[in-house]
Amino acid sequence: MTLFGDPAIWLPLAFAALMGLSILVYVILDGFDLGVGILFSFATDAEKDRMVAAIGPFWDANETWLVLAVGLLLVAFPAAHGTILTALYLPVAVMLIGLILRGVAFEFRAKTTGSQKARWNLAFFLGSLSASLSQGYMLGIYIMGLEQTATTVAFGLLTAVCLTGGYGLIGASWLIIKTEGRLQTKAVNWARRSLWGVILGLGAVSLASPLVSSRIFEKWFSFPSIILLAPLPLMSALLLFVLWTALKHLPDSKDRWSWVPFCITATLFALAFSGLAYSFYPYVVPEKLTLYESASAPESLFIILLGAIFVLPVIIGYTILAYTVFRGKATELTYD
Amino acid sequence: MEELLLSRIQFAANISFHILFPTITIALGWVLLFFKLRFNATGDDRWMAAYRFWVKVFALSFGLGVVSGITMSFQFGTNWPGFMETVGNVAGPLLAYEVLTAFFLEAAFLGIMLFGSRRVPNWLHTLATFLVAFGTTVSAFWILVLNSWMHTPTGFEMRDGVVHATDWIAIVFNPSMPYRLTHMLLASGLTVAFLITGVSAYRRLIGDTSKGVRLAFKTGIWMAAILIPVQIYAGDLHGLNTLEHQPQKVAAMEGNWTTGPNVPLLLFALPDEEARENRFELAIPNGASLILKHDPQGVVPGLNDFYAEDGTPLHPPVAPVFWSFRVMVGTGMLMLLASWGTLIALRRSGGIDKLNPWILRGLVAMTFSGWIATLAGWYTTEIGRQPWLVQGVLTTKAAVADVPAGMVASTLAAYLVVYAVLLAAYMTVIFRLARKTTNTDARPHSGAAQVSLVPAE
Repeated sequence: MTLFGDPAIWLPLAFAALMGLSILVYVILDGFDLGVGILFSFATDAEKDRMVAAIGPFWDANETWLVLAVGLLLVAFPAAHGTILTALYLPVAVMLIGLILRGVAFEFRAKTTGSQKARWNLAFFLGSLSASLSQGYMLGIYIMGLEQTATTVAFGLLTAVCLTGGYGLIGASWLIIKTEGRLQTKAVNWARRSLWGVILGLGAVSLASPLVSSRIFEKWFSFPSIILLAPLPLMSALLLFVLWTALKHLPDSKDRWSWVPFCITATLFALAFSGLAYSFYPYVVPEKLTLYESASAPESLFIILLGAIFVLPVIIGYTILAYTVFRGKATELTYD
Repeated sequence: MEELLLSRIQFAANISFHILFPTITIALGWVLLFFKLRFNATGDDRWMAAYRFWVKVFALSFGLGVVSGITMSFQFGTNWPGFMETVGNVAGPLLAYEVLTAFFLEAAFLGIMLFGSRRVPNWLHTLATFLVAFGTTVSAFWILVLNSWMHTPTGFEMRDGVVHATDWIAIVFNPSMPYRLTHMLLASGLTVAFLITGVSAYRRLIGDTSKGVRLAFKTGIWMAAILIPVQIYAGDLHGLNTLEHQPQKVAAMEGNWTTGPNVPLLLFALPDEEARENRFELAIPNGASLILKHDPQGVVPGLNDFYAEDGTPLHPPVAPVFWSFRVMVGTGMLMLLASWGTLIALRRSGGIDKLNPWILRGLVAMTFSGWIATLAGWYTTEIGRQPWLVQGVLTTKAAVADVPAGMVASTLAAYLVVYAVLLAAYMTVIFRLARKTTNTDARPHSGAAQVSLVPAE
């Protein structure tokens, strides 16, 4: 255990990295599921079936990354888990009810017809929407240091709309890969429109974070970190431009480039996430509690890490298997 | 106090709703594997028909289990921050192992199991079915390890008011774990047995004469008849284990106030905690002593022995434990009667077709009886642990969050509405699936007769 120096230092750091990875994977993977749910309201009934087929085999495993992320917060940083979740009590409840509705609507809509099905379609849309909005709101309040005043709530509402836009973008990008014909053209249009939400959101978060926290201001605009950090916004701007151009030329006749928007969007998410992670390190509750203060005992963390090192590659393996089995354009989903 | 009670009700509501669905998926996964293996061995498509019907129920139950389970992982933090702060060093790794070893396995292969039978080779589809069933059981293992540890904690030491793990083998194989795990797995098996029997009886009643229904009915009723005596025996062993480690819980289950020999088995009573006695007792003399000590002279612990030095009771609230226990045992006895009665009637009448329709209707009424017994059993053991959250280590009161009662009450109301709607939808959809499958698969003799047999919802 002393292989890498003091375990009370490197173990919390390793767990913060694992947790960060789980959140990022969750935001990308369940982000596209939730995004497809939000776009549901703009689709015809036949398109809705196809859209659900595009995410049906995956959503369950995608949502498990949220369980892993909150589980890691719970087990590795129990004090932070309590503080963050009691502060976000109401938005967490809204998100959970949203995720419940979204998850069960998948199953129920497949087993009903007519007006019943229309009702579950609505539940699917509303569940996806409220889960996305509350996640965005929580992100905003978290950036604002978990305080709820008129200003922070307003900022929370802004990030709520922007993250929802982001999910819409990645959802539309996923549909561009998984669909063809009219629905694919529609998805390209949806992606173009949601792009504005993403630009607005990235801008708002980038402006607000240093203004709220003098520590973050310090971290961003002092020498030499400003040079080290500069590639992040520059790359994001470049990627946004490439994405914009790509969406203008899609769908292409041979469907060779349909994967481009999804990859760019996922990279954008990863860049934004690393920026946030860099800004908040070493705090896990902004400005109040560091990773090291809130970590569990090293012996317990070590036991979990041991399991994680063996199991995570296996998890990644069968995740890849599942995506390979259901690769290609989405077709009708049947149990047969 | 109000906060504590509301938080407890909210968590109890969520965990009660949640447990309904794993109780089905744990055993149904193995039943599906059985159907699939029978199909592989015989090539008889009717096994596959049974598989295709029940895999839909599995998918529905699994989805409900996942979403309600996510709620719980958040409520550890929102409602009980003191739990992880005090015992996180033990609970954390156990929960993490559940997510790592079980959740991803189930979730990844569920897609292949549900939608992949035409996309992957048959062996991979069978393997996916096995891995999903295996995953649900592994998940049950870890969560029951943690729950059992909360009842009979071992393998730890306290440092500065925080639990630190010292012996993981002792933690995982804590004294009540083998009994609780066995009892729960059997409960899952019985719940599924009655679910399958009930739905198959319903399909038979509305005119489905296909062989798929017969096979499922036979599987269900035999499963019930075999598992129920095993469960009664396992439950008895579990009770004896509880007597050893949590005597105050057994005292509440028996409604016994004073420690002594010749304690009767109460069939009915109204325990009165103010007066510390029972009213309207109806009892079998020496019954409790016989069951718990296998001796009419056996000494059974009484509730009056469990007091803190300052006079506050250290035993659970008596009436809820006493009654939950009787509901569980009563449902179990009914299951014994129903399964063996049906088997005998089947032998006498010579097959499901000649079976008295009232027997089938009775089995339809018992479709969800496993849920009642399972919930009653969990209430017995969990309320029976109060006032402790972790026996002897942490009280429930010390773990509750400092959240305004109004906020807990409003979210509780929202959860309850959602759960009520979902539960109604779940039960309706299962019977609707049964009707739909019957209408497309079976060839009914007369459409009119079939419609008139469909009960109003």
